[in-house]
Amino acid sequence: MSDFELYVHLPFCVQKCLYCDFTSGVFDGRLQRDYLKVICEEIKESACRYKGRLSSVYIGGGTPSMLPLYFIEEICNTISDNFEILPGAEISIEANPGTVTREKAKGYLDLGINRISMGLQSADDAELKRLGRIHSYRDFLESYDSLRKAGFPNINIDLMSGLPGQTQDSLAASLKEVLLLRPEHISVYSLIIEEGTPFYDMYHEDALRQEKGEDTMFLPGEDETVSMLHLTENLLLTSGYNKYEISNFSKPGFECRHNIGYWKRTPYVGVGLGAASLISPDILREGDMGSAFEVRYANTKDMKTYLYGEKIGGFEELKKSDAMSEFMFLGLRMTEGISISEFYEAFGITPDAIYKEHFRKLSERNLIINEDGRIRLTPFAMDVSNIVLAAFV
Amino acid sequence: MDQSRIRNFCIVAHIDHGKSTLADRLIELTGTLTAREMQSQVLDNMDLERERGITIKSQAVRLIYKADDGNEYILNLIDTPGHVDFNYEVSRSLAACDGAILIIDAAQGIEAQTLANVYLALDHDLEVLPVINKIDLPSADPEGTAREVEDVIGIPAMDAPRISAKTGENIKSVLEAIINELPAPDGDVNAPLQALIFDSLYDSYRGVIVFCRVKEGRIKAGDKVRMMATGAEFEVVEVGYFGAGQFIASDELSAGMVGYMTASIKNVRDTRVGDTITGADNPCSEPLPGYKKVNPMVYCGLYPADGAKYPDLRDALEKLQLNDAALFYEPETSVALGFGFRCGFLGLLHLDVIQERLEREYDLDLVTTAPGVVYRVYKTDGEMIELTNPSNLPDPSEIEYMEEPYVSAEVMVRSEYIGAIMDLCQERRGIYISMEYMEETRALLKYELPLNEIIYDFFDALKSRSRGYASFDYELSEYKRSELVKLDILINKEMVDALSFIVFKDTAYEKGRKMCEKLKEKIPRHLFEIPIQAAVGSKVIARETVKAVRKDVLAKCYGGDITRKKKLLEKQKEGKKRMRQIGNVEIPQEAFMSVLKLDEE
Repeated sequence: MSDFELYVHLPFCVQKCLYCDFTSGVFDGRLQRDYLKVICEEIKESACRYKGRLSSVYIGGGTPSMLPLYFIEEICNTISDNFEILPGAEISIEANPGTVTREKAKGYLDLGINRISMGLQSADDAELKRLGRIHSYRDFLESYDSLRKAGFPNINIDLMSGLPGQTQDSLAASLKEVLLLRPEHISVYSLIIEEGTPFYDMYHEDALRQEKGEDTMFLPGEDETVSMLHLTENLLLTSGYNKYEISNFSKPGFECRHNIGYWKRTPYVGVGLGAASLISPDILREGDMGSAFEVRYANTKDMKTYLYGEKIGGFEELKKSDAMSEFMFLGLRMTEGISISEFYEAFGITPDAIYKEHFRKLSERNLIINEDGRIRLTPFAMDVSNIVLAAFV
Repeated sequence: MDQSRIRNFCIVAHIDHGKSTLADRLIELTGTLTAREMQSQVLDNMDLERERGITIKSQAVRLIYKADDGNEYILNLIDTPGHVDFNYEVSRSLAACDGAILIIDAAQGIEAQTLANVYLALDHDLEVLPVINKIDLPSADPEGTAREVEDVIGIPAMDAPRISAKTGENIKSVLEAIINELPAPDGDVNAPLQALIFDSLYDSYRGVIVFCRVKEGRIKAGDKVRMMATGAEFEVVEVGYFGAGQFIASDELSAGMVGYMTASIKNVRDTRVGDTITGADNPCSEPLPGYKKVNPMVYCGLYPADGAKYPDLRDALEKLQLNDAALFYEPETSVALGFGFRCGFLGLLHLDVIQERLEREYDLDLVTTAPGVVYRVYKTDGEMIELTNPSNLPDPSEIEYMEEPYVSAEVMVRSEYIGAIMDLCQERRGIYISMEYMEETRALLKYELPLNEIIYDFFDALKSRSRGYASFDYELSEYKRSELVKLDILINKEMVDALSFIVFKDTAYEKGRKMCEKLKEKIPRHLFEIPIQAAVGSKVIARETVKAVRKDVLAKCYGGDITRKKKLLEKQKEGKKRMRQIGNVEIPQEAFMSVLKLDEE
């Protein structure tokens, strides 16, 4: 029996943050209610189309926690009515400070949700304001406290580095604040200035200067951002956290299994606006994929189309070679790298047979290490991972 | 055909004064092509010619005109290339004519190439018929322009046709003037054959099609002919004349006529422009005057971006050369770029055209090294070498001295910009010869300039410093002794031979500094620091550093994002394809042309 992951996208926000280019926004109550109906339908359809047990469920957004509890309840019930969930499966939900109460948290737990991811981004109120966040650090503390009081056993806190006006000191202060809380998991993402966001208009030119290693006006310079990466790593490692991926840290045993699934290419089914799916032939209930090794597709990112039109679009047939390339560039994001035997199991050929020349060149340049049956990035390569990953696309 | 009913003429003009447009109108009005069949500027055949609005190859067309005197005339119009790179071809085309129409823009008046072309026409004893064009422009001053022609050139112009080639106004007066003012050809049809080759074209079915003007005698299919300069002999397969855009066979070509001949000739090099065709059995005593072998003036290295495409590049060059006797190439090897060719061109436009044709018509991706002129290196052992590739410069200890080619340049400029243009010529190491006022507001400046200083961006600099009110013409004059050094570029401490170039000693420091700056802009950052150095001999004279990349990460990467992230990585990888790996360093292809842009501010 094959297992796969389920991703549920709830694109609703109180207010769109200035840097955010995710599929999310502010939608009125009527659309929200229609959305609930449609997404539950989609969950049912998925269950008809795909067989297998759910190894993890991730309810992401947007800000799922801003929705009334019954909304999440109906989704969770639809999932459990239609799918078999593996015992002990990780079931996560995303939350933002100021939108969760102790009652809601309790409700989540009752629904079987066992992990919650809090978008904090910074513990510095001035930085939060520049990001266009709706909450203060104090709001976060209150929310966090209610989660713990409700009994949440596994909490992640999202932080960001490289923010406009951020310094090494302010980042260190944020990290230290968060470390006092001892969350099970901490993600620290580097800010990327994405096209189409207000930040793009504000900082695009500065981001180009940063990319070239030139002096910047608002964003930290390149050297500064690298120092931030190193500082983050040092602080978290010395506080008992493992770095298991480029941007992810956890206490031992609390790695996010859902995300690891993405990097290891476990099949996943995404439901909701803009959600993507990776389908392997063995989870198909009927039919086949023709010559394709796997298929990836994504739902439309347009709300009206999603609700009232053709949901699915953007089919991409993956050849075996595409899958191998993804295996490499996703797997190498993890600190432990890729397993040579897992590669062989998935593709029936050794990675060496395909990428020997790449491996040779990259290890010559001290970018990868091949040891104990695994290939992984060197600590040096972690800062410049794109250069390595691009070799495999 | 009675010689008195033939007129062989060309149209000469400064660039953009309306040469091709007038040719179009003449073709249209004589009914050689109907307006519907006309594609604007019929004579510019190549796509490239049309796009750039310049004529690269000579073209000819035969027009039939029923004149007001009731007689039918054959008018052979020979269109000449419009760029200084192709001056020799222009001169051969003129030699095939008996008269020339000189177009002058009624708004701009006489320009440098107007003068140069008139003198060239007069040198060939052509009757010059001035035509004042663009009278439809609001700023046109036909009377002032006519006066200027009389004052400056000294040919009568008060009765010159005033026309607008664009609107078609008064075109008939040009045709009448051709009949009445330009001479008919002469020449003895019974004398031994003497015909001038003024261009040729390679056709994959018929071989080389030779464009010629019969001066004496006659030529027909079956004749045995000899090319006097190359000595090659052929049996004529076909002769004929030029329709617009097509070749029309005829029985023979006789003295005074312009047409073509084919003889299963495999290579244009056997039929050099300027050569004389004569009978193999009954040759004329002397060739027509003026033949010279054209030598490339500018050389550069052409390398396939993908080393495996070397044979494709060789085949493409071979094919282009079939049609272009002035294109020179020989294999060379660069440490940095691998196998390629050292290619010689008439000038930068010629280079540009060839490069573009290779990329477009043969789908080749090229790396071009900096173009340079031919230097003469006199060695201490008495040997002289012509240096076309800077990498081949002998060790300084073996060099007695070096010479570089100079041109005589004429710049015509509005008086308020004289100072600016003199400064420019000075900066480019010009030697002032003279200045004369053509009229109150315009002067003709004469300078001797090193060719090396004008091949890159001189023309652009001239335009910008004179706000467009300067025009320019030049011809190769002589070699002069000069203090020259080879500037080498070291990237990550390794010398890159393909980036070396020869410079005037006193400018070496500045050029080296600018070159390092340019390369710093062009070379992407790597995982290590890359020093870029300019050196003369073993002495480093300039240095820049490309800082190491310290951070290059994609943050969040989850399910929905993978396709997009993959695209980002693909883009990153794609960028690398346009790079050449030299040592550990990836250098973008266009960096090898950086030297061209050193003077851009």
